[in-house]
Amino acid sequence: MAVGLVIVSHSARLAEGVAELAGQMAQGKVAIAAAGGTFEGALGTSVDKILAALYEVDGPDGIVVLLDLGSAVMATEMAVEAYGQDHRHHIVISPAPLVEGAVIAAIEASIGNSLQEVAEAAASAYSLPKVHHT
Amino acid sequence: MPITTEDTLRWLQQLAHVLHENRDYLTQLDSDIGDADHGINMDRGFKAVIEKLPGVASMDIGSMLKTVGTTLVSTVGGASGPLYGTAFLRAGMVTAGKHELYEADVIGMFEAALEGIKARGKAQPGEKTMVDALTPALAAAKEAEAQQKDLSELLQRASAAAEAGMKATIPMVATKGRASYLGERSAGHQDPGATSSWLILKTLADVYE
Repeated sequence: MAVGLVIVSHSARLAEGVAELAGQMAQGKVAIAAAGGTFEGALGTSVDKILAALYEVDGPDGIVVLLDLGSAVMATEMAVEAYGQDHRHHIVISPAPLVEGAVIAAIEASIGNSLQEVAEAAASAYSLPKVHHT
Repeated sequence: MPITTEDTLRWLQQLAHVLHENRDYLTQLDSDIGDADHGINMDRGFKAVIEKLPGVASMDIGSMLKTVGTTLVSTVGGASGPLYGTAFLRAGMVTAGKHELYEADVIGMFEAALEGIKARGKAQPGEKTMVDALTPALAAAKEAEAQQKDLSELLQRASAAAEAGMKATIPMVATKGRASYLGERSAGHQDPGATSSWLILKTLADVYE
């Protein structure tokens, strides 16, 4: 087993794209679920979709949730509260930038690191140099 | 006279109507400083609420408000879903089992709703949000109760204070929500969330009168 990942975005296509990119790094060793857009397929977030994604990747090693914009935090928190009513597994809502955070989390989870290690590595994506100035 | 279950039903029905009428107005406000979906989201959410109302019409006020909350959480795709959803869920908790709301119950309901929104959004007054309409509304309601005004007067004053709070968001710079990405450029626009909060309270005052 490995830590599971949930990708939350206001856009379904963005969430799926990030899940695809992170999945390439995880090489099938990590459960990654995308929860993007509203239930009607519009731009927005859906507590029900996020909750379904949490159930999809649910496991004893815990879950890291990565998200795009501020209001996704509120929908994610509501889903985590609903999930917590009948689950004991821990969930970390990551402050990481979505793409870098998801890729790093996928790598860390795929090598069997703990929830805390995966979450810390994802959060460190903030300071990851993207453009190297010479 | 207290607010009854019938009053609560009429409030929610009228509110769905008011939000539908103000759909374009709220969306226009949101297009100035946000993601241009607030009116659309509130209209969709309360349309769904109306469909649920027949199933809870014979229940207590708390059950009605909780149903509103869960419906908004599932149907409003924007930030207002978790925020108003939490507000109505908390309001439903403090009115559980009640079929009549007196002054103190109404204040308890407003207080629970506001605390719910503040906790969910991690928001404080002065950040150009719903909180800026609801905080003065609660204060006005408390003051009216302290002066032993009747419920109609209490609701009118809360509505008027929410309207003033809504207008006071115009010069504010947003530090919460999508508008915060605009920084200083968010000043000069009325907050759509504060506006829908005022409409909710205004409709309650109008229906009860």
